[in-house]
Amino acid sequence: MSARPVLELRGITKSFPGILANDHVDFDLLPAEVHALLGENGAGKSTLMSILYGLYHPDEGEIVLRGQPVKISSPRDAIELGIGMVHQHFMLIPVMTVAENIVLATEPRKAGVLLDYDTAVRRVRELSERFGLAVNPNAKVEKITVGQQQRVEILKALYRGAEILILDEPTAVLTPQEARELFGIIRSLTEQGKSIIFISHKLNEVLEIADRVTVLRRGKQIETLPTAGATEESLARLMVGREVLLRVDKQPAKPTEPLLDVDDLHVLDDRGLEAVRGVSLEVRGGEIVAIAGVDGNGQSELIEALTGLRPIASGRVVAGGRDLTRSSTQEILDEGIGHIPEDRQRRGLVLEFTLAENLALHDYDKQPISKLGWLRPGRLIARARKLLKEFDVRGGGPNTLARSLSGGNQQKVVIAREVSRDPHVLIAAQPTRGLDVGAIEFVHRRLVEERDEGRGVLLVSLELEEVLSLADRILVVYEGRIVGEFGPDATEEELGFAMLGGAKEAVA
Amino acid sequence: MTVPVPEAAGEGLAQRLAFLQRAGGAATAVFTAVLAFFAGGIVVLVTGHNPLTTYKAIFVGTGLTWPYRLVTGQDTSGAADNLQQTLLLTTPLILTGLAVAFAFRCGLFNIGGQGQYFAGAYVSVWIASSLSGTPGLLHIIFAIVAGSLAGALWGGIAGFLRATVGAHEVITTIMLNWTAIFVGQYLFGQGGPLQNSTNPSDPVSNDIAENTKLHVWWGDPLIQGLHVGFFVALAMLVVFWLVLSRTTLGYEVRAVGFNPEAARYGGISVSRNYFLAMAISGLFAGLAGTLDILGWQFRLGVIDIRSSQIGFVGIAVALLGRNTAIGVGLSALLFGALLTGTSTRNLNPDVFQPELAGNLTLMIQALVLLFVGADVLILWFWRRFRT
Repeated sequence: MSARPVLELRGITKSFPGILANDHVDFDLLPAEVHALLGENGAGKSTLMSILYGLYHPDEGEIVLRGQPVKISSPRDAIELGIGMVHQHFMLIPVMTVAENIVLATEPRKAGVLLDYDTAVRRVRELSERFGLAVNPNAKVEKITVGQQQRVEILKALYRGAEILILDEPTAVLTPQEARELFGIIRSLTEQGKSIIFISHKLNEVLEIADRVTVLRRGKQIETLPTAGATEESLARLMVGREVLLRVDKQPAKPTEPLLDVDDLHVLDDRGLEAVRGVSLEVRGGEIVAIAGVDGNGQSELIEALTGLRPIASGRVVAGGRDLTRSSTQEILDEGIGHIPEDRQRRGLVLEFTLAENLALHDYDKQPISKLGWLRPGRLIARARKLLKEFDVRGGGPNTLARSLSGGNQQKVVIAREVSRDPHVLIAAQPTRGLDVGAIEFVHRRLVEERDEGRGVLLVSLELEEVLSLADRILVVYEGRIVGEFGPDATEEELGFAMLGGAKEAVA
Repeated sequence: MTVPVPEAAGEGLAQRLAFLQRAGGAATAVFTAVLAFFAGGIVVLVTGHNPLTTYKAIFVGTGLTWPYRLVTGQDTSGAADNLQQTLLLTTPLILTGLAVAFAFRCGLFNIGGQGQYFAGAYVSVWIASSLSGTPGLLHIIFAIVAGSLAGALWGGIAGFLRATVGAHEVITTIMLNWTAIFVGQYLFGQGGPLQNSTNPSDPVSNDIAENTKLHVWWGDPLIQGLHVGFFVALAMLVVFWLVLSRTTLGYEVRAVGFNPEAARYGGISVSRNYFLAMAISGLFAGLAGTLDILGWQFRLGVIDIRSSQIGFVGIAVALLGRNTAIGVGLSALLFGALLTGTSTRNLNPDVFQPELAGNLTLMIQALVLLFVGADVLILWFWRRFRT
């Protein structure tokens, strides 16, 4: 494509106290192009797009739109210039209908003051047909799925006349199927002449959907290149600045004796429905057992039951020869079970606590961190300093609030805490969710190390790629039951088929 | 508080951010108070008075001018009397403020400071006015311990209900406030079991024994000088800070307050902490009631029960003080001064009618609550102001 760029960012520089978020970044967008912005968390992608959308003002540099230099000082300016943005967190009003949300602030009126709802619905319908974005204009936003809410956001931007659409990590909240559908929508948008800026840190997505990609690292533009001819490895290297092992390097497992034994477990979900229906499994020392499955098939409830956070309806859990079926979380922790929870911000960390306090979440009441009910801040901090160094946590020291760390570093804090307790069994639920390649590599390497030291690892993951690269045994869960067991050499197709309830029993 | 900051910031930035938040926290509290006084000043202006002279007269009435004598050498015995009054009110306000703040740090909103204060006052006036012949110090200690525990029990009921059946503490503490008021009216009302034994027409308790009255260390005991309970309240500020930041109990309370889900995951019993936090909150408020009885009230009448607001002002104290020890201490002083400075006794009626001034206090109190609620707005002002 050699058309004139519809948008150019030239030499954009933006600094915050203590950090240069964008350092003379150039970026251009061609008509009807998908241009991906790739970088690790904190590389400056969001800052650059916030500048384009008028949320921040650049210290230096200019924005050129269709050949004209423009000044964008608020999102309103951006919208008037035909720039639309779909944020990671949707800005919709749940109790209003899809049509009402889309026309909000520019609604068609009757008699000057009343909302002309029928016209609104008609226009929304026209738009959604034109771009292949199927939504029901009359549905309340709170009743529709996350994927559909995202479409509403895209429609909102289109309704306001967006020619350039910024999608900020759009697949982060979607299921794999929804992500497929989104890619279809993106293609139909570019066919009709819209230009898309696609922010992501997922390499395979970028290669699939984008025409060109600009890689940012620590605020600097590293390279802009066509995706044709690029590979995941080459992009990862640009992004992280060194060779990254995308495949986990590990030896075959040498399983020892069983450390965790689950027998015919039944667990109810929050609505009182049976979410886990008779799961039996065994984790031995020195092996990684993965539970694969589509989200919502009882994985969360299973993990919660195993860690004492959810009562067990029936069945038995035994670890280290002790029956833990009715034990409290505290007792289970003391029995040597480590737990990397699936949601580090909601459960894994107290975000308003310092890193040192977070690292003590399981042993704040034990020697040497405390004595007779009194905390010993000196030891708390000394221990934290050691762990933060050992686990390469960046972005803060022992007295930094957990909230101010990036997602990858937050996860390292959780892992540092769980691994340093020297557990017999480590339960890891989606340990790499939302992390970038560098951090994923770290987490994977660490889990394999734990295995090699003779611990049992129970991994729950929604990412087949992760399951296949880590697991020594794979259990596929479907509707609360284990529907298949596979060896480490299973194919994605086999697993995918079983995950949809296809396989009854496959033997490794 | 969402200061826009890029992710993965360096250590320097993270520290600066933490500092900024702390600075912003203190600054917004001060700004809140200033804004409330400013809005109050507008009302004063509307009533046809000069806000500056009115505020100056209130300030003189608080006795906070007293330290000037160290500079000027003037006789300021009037200011000393006023300052004693201010600190006499600051004492229970510190404690009822702590009662709200402690629960807050556990994620609970304790509206029941008033009822817990009464529970402490009832039990301490009962013990101090009976058991005659007990040696003084022992009698005082017994009254203080029993009064505090009564408050702890009253708060603990709400905590227990929250922990076991999930009854919301805002509802239960409001109900327990009324329960306490009705119990008091029965106990000390005409014909009540604890009503004055010498004068059956007076709905008031017996006077406490002479040897249970707390020592007055500053001013004249006959006109309500300042008793040693003031130091007890100051000590409780230190205890509050120590418990929260230096003990495993405080660690649990704060973890539950910030993120109950993470606390549970960490093996902390959330319901146990709900109960303990409410009981400890009640302990502070019960102590406030006890010190008021032993320090300067010496008896408790039904009329006092109906008019007391000290527990409710404690909510404003805690909110303005951002639930920290230093903050609660300072805002208790502010509200103590405000209540004293606008009282009929202390405010110069030529400048501003005290009966209006009492309303002004209420208004400023309400405005503070309103502005604390409008945190976001204040922060926005604060940032505009800085750039």
